[in-house]
Parts: sequence; C-alpha cells; structure tokens
Amino acid sequence: MIRIDSVTKRYPDGTVAVDRLSLDIPDRSITVLVGPSGCGKTTTLRMINRMVEPSEGTILLDGVDSRQQPVNTLRRSMGYVIQNAGLFQHRTILDNIATVPRMLGWGKEKSRARARELMERVGLDGALAKRYPYQLSGGQQQRVGVARALAADPPVLLMDEPFSAVDPVVRKGLQDELLRIQEELGKTIVFVTHDIDEAVKLGTMVAVMRTGGKLAQFAPPAELLSHPADAFVEDFLGADRGIRRLSFFPSAGLELLASPIVAVDATAEQIAAAGAAGAPYLLVTDADGKPLGWSEPRELTAGEIKTDRLLSYGRPFVTGADSLRAALDCAVLSPTGWAVAVDAEGRAAGVVSQQVIGEAIRGAHAERRADAEPGADGGEIQKVAP
Amino acid sequence: MNVLNFINSFFSDNAHWQGYDGIPTRVGEHIEYTLMALGIAAAVGLPIGLVTGHTGRGGNALALIATSARALPSFGLMVLMFILLGLGMAPVMIPLVVLAVPPILVTTYEAMRSVDPAPVDAARGMGMAETAVLFRVELPVALPLILSGLRSAAIQIVSTATIAAYVSFGGLGRYIIDGLYQRNYEKVVGGATLVAAMALATLGLFWALGRLAVSPGVRRRH
Repeated sequence: MIRIDSVTKRYPDGTVAVDRLSLDIPDRSITVLVGPSGCGKTTTLRMINRMVEPSEGTILLDGVDSRQQPVNTLRRSMGYVIQNAGLFQHRTILDNIATVPRMLGWGKEKSRARARELMERVGLDGALAKRYPYQLSGGQQQRVGVARALAADPPVLLMDEPFSAVDPVVRKGLQDELLRIQEELGKTIVFVTHDIDEAVKLGTMVAVMRTGGKLAQFAPPAELLSHPADAFVEDFLGADRGIRRLSFFPSAGLELLASPIVAVDATAEQIAAAGAAGAPYLLVTDADGKPLGWSEPRELTAGEIKTDRLLSYGRPFVTGADSLRAALDCAVLSPTGWAVAVDAEGRAAGVVSQQVIGEAIRGAHAERRADAEPGADGGEIQKVAP
Repeated sequence: MNVLNFINSFFSDNAHWQGYDGIPTRVGEHIEYTLMALGIAAAVGLPIGLVTGHTGRGGNALALIATSARALPSFGLMVLMFILLGLGMAPVMIPLVVLAVPPILVTTYEAMRSVDPAPVDAARGMGMAETAVLFRVELPVALPLILSGLRSAAIQIVSTATIAAYVSFGGLGRYIIDGLYQRNYEKVVGGATLVAAMALATLGLFWALGRLAVSPGVRRRH
C-alpha cells in the first residue's frame, strides 16, 4: 500500500501546492486524483516517485519511507505514463517499450521479446514495432506509453492525465483498454485527471482535491455521487450526477415484459394475444428475434407487416451487462417511451417502460441507503459498465 | 581574360599539381588547419553547450560571450597574436577557434533547449540516470541542430583559414596572397575557387554525416 502521510509541498516562493495531505492508496486497484487545475493533484502524483520532493511529511511504500532506497531504483519500480506519452522520437516503438528492461540490464533480445508481448497486451499491431513515434496516431502513441510503463512489470503505475490530449472517441477506447488491462494485471494504479467523468469511470477510489492542495473527499465513485461531502464536491461533480450515479445500479433486476413482442411472421392470433396484454405498442422482431421496430397493435396485419413503416426503437440496452443509466437512456430515446432489452446476441429479451425503470431507480436508492447508512462506507459496491 | 579562363589555365597547368606549392599539398594543409581549429572549437563549445542546454543555466552569459567573440575581426586578432606570441601555430589557431566556438556553442545550447520536455520528464520518471538522459534522450534529438552548428563553424573556418598564409603558413591562402603580390590573378582565382570547392565539400560531408548519425525518427522532423 502507498500511504501518503500528512505531506506538504511548499515552493521557495511560498506557494503551497499540497497541504497536509493524507491518503491511503489501496493495492491492486485504481485510485484517481481529480480536481481543478492548481489543486496539487499532479504534484501529489509526482511526490510518489520523488519527481517532486515533499517539504514535510512522508510517503510510505508498504510501510517503508520511500526515501530509504535510491531514487532511480524507486522510479524503476513504478511505471510512469504522462500526457502526450512523451515517447523517445529517435527510437523505434519496440525500443521505446524496451527502455526500462534495458536499464535493468535484461539484455537486448529478452527486452525486445517482452516489448512485443506488451504491444499485444495494449492492443497495438505488431507491424508497428519498427516504426518511429511520429508515424503513429495520438491514441497509438499513448498505448505505447502505457506499454513502456508496464514493460518491467512494476507493481505500481503512475498515470498523469494520460488520456487528456486525445479526442473523446479514442479516449473512451483507451479507458476501456486500461480497465481491461487492469483486470488482467491488477496493478496499483494512481491516475490523475481533471475530468470527473473519467474519474468516476476508472476509479475504484476517487480523491477529489480542491485548490490549495487540500483533500475534499476520498470515496468510491458511487458514494461520491450519492453523498458529496460538501458544496465544492457537489459543484465539481456537475449537474447530472444523479443520472450518472445510475451507472452503478445494475439493470439485471428490471422486470422485463416479453408479451408485447411479436415476430415479423407472427399469426393473427399471436398479434391479437400480444395486443390484448395491454401495452400501447408492440415490438416487432425478425425471425431470429432481433428487434426491428415498434408499432401500434391495430396497424399490424398478420403476414403483411411492413418493416419500413415501423417506429425506430432507438438503442437497446443489454440486460444484465448494462446499468440502469443505459436502460433509462434507451427509454428516453425511444419514441414510444419503452426501452428494448436485448441479450448478449442482440435478440430482444423484453421491453420495459420508463415508469418501471423509475420504480427500479427508487427501489435501488432505498436499498443502497439501507446498505450504506450504518458504515457510510459503500466499499462493496460493484461497478457496472455504464 | 575572364574568370573562367583564369580557372581553366590555373588548373590545367601541370606545375600546379606537384611540389610543396602544388594543389594537393596546399589542400592537405588547409584541411589540417581546418580540422585542428574545428576540433579545438568543438572540444570547447560542445561540452559547455550540452551542459548549459541540459541544465538550462547560463544561457544569458553564453549569448554575451558569443556576441563579443563574433565582434572580433579574425585577421586583426591573428596579427595581434602574432605580435604577442611570435611565429607559430597558436596565432593562427586562436582566431579560427574564436570564430568557430560561438556558432557551435550557441546552436548546441539552443538545440538542447528545444528538445521536447515531455520525453525528458518521462525518462527521469522511469528512473534514467541524468547522464543517460543527456546522452540517450536529449542528444539524439538535438543532433541535427548541433550538426548544423558544427557545419557553419566548419565552413567559416575553411574560408577564414586562408589568413594563415599571412603569417607564413601554408594552406590555400598561399595562392591568394602570393598571387596578389605577384599580380598573378590566375593564382588568386584558382585559390579562391579551391576554397569555395572545399566549403561545398564540407557541406556535402555534413549532409552525409547527418544521414548516418541522425535517427530516421528524428530526421523527418527537420
């Protein structure tokens, strides 16, 4: 565990970047430091690998003062990823990734073999090995940056706004990739960002910092969204924190209705039975069970269903895998106000109305409150893909 | 007679290709002076430029020294050194080195300063020793600019080394000075042509050196 123990960073001109900060960073999970610019989050990160030396206080690694070992030994035991990747432009991709193993004296062949392995791990095409950084896109360069940091298999990974400089689509890909890699490798990751959405998505624990280098709140993201410690944190979380919080509630408990679903080749009796169930709209699927669109029951004639006349069903959510936020989003986007749930193969599993989703949200809140109140810890909350 | 005729008759005269005043000897001497002056200037300018550029300290002092050094007339300096030190190689080398140090020093400093700070930060963050940061991260990226500083220094030395002849040394300046005394303009033009050709050859040499020493990942950027 990395323990930051009442650490202060004061610059010679009197500026206090970090003010008596204490933080216990748990092993094998992602801890995100988030806050507005000037809150000292990057300084805090850089004090962990002693790129910045604390003025007061200590940083303990598994109980040992980080100043006990030579600074370069310390740094080689921690992967370091920065914004824009900071690749060595005179070295090939492979040699960039092999940097730390080479420094540790692994030998050329072993280092390169390891680098190839890592290219695959971070989702880089092996054909890029002999290229130079300028030949890669920003997203690919950042993947190389992550691979380079992982090369010597350090237990700790420090990431300083690694995905800030890439466009939103690429950023989402990189975030998903990081979560996937983390699931496989289980590193202790300290991640700095100014983007609260990124913090909530990636963090097992999130430390919100305020200007002047003070800790405002340290909590799991779900708790942050449900119980912001003060007005600053609430403000920083933004206006739609209620909606975003739904990312942490699974959709698995939603009661899905299968009765308003008819296949495109349904008989008159089947259509009549589905219509009689009382739903205002019926969902028409193809012969495979994949959704095609909505229709009012009286518009449907057996054997003559015109698929081009159906109302769009928007974007479906995957039952079980997606969160209540995704389900609500589908219902809001659907012209009928009903969300379509599909299974992993994309076949319609059922439909659910906004009203039922609303009830599920209220139910989940009540349950969560009952869980969270005694300990006010909420550490056991499982994250669901938003 | 026009210049081309001068050149033609100078180079076609067999007597000009042999003996102690022959073209091979004079070119050899000129190359010797050039290499010696460039070697000393690089030995002074490169380390200071690399270290100040790496640390970022002393840039203003460097600019001041470089500007003053540039203001010194090479010819005057050589005559002064000749009076002070007497006959010898030193009065020739001092002005050439003074001429060559500023471009090497200033471009090396600037080249090191212009290296993207992100890879340097990454290198330190992953635990690279400071000398390795300088030689393995900054230098390879700064190399094209550093070479361009060495190149302009070399070209200036090649053209200025002609003054050695004034204090009874050899080199291509011999043809120019002797030619002027003897009113042998064929010789003057021939010597000047050789100096120009050597300057061009120096350019070519540095181009080849750049191809050889600069990584393809860096070369593309410049």
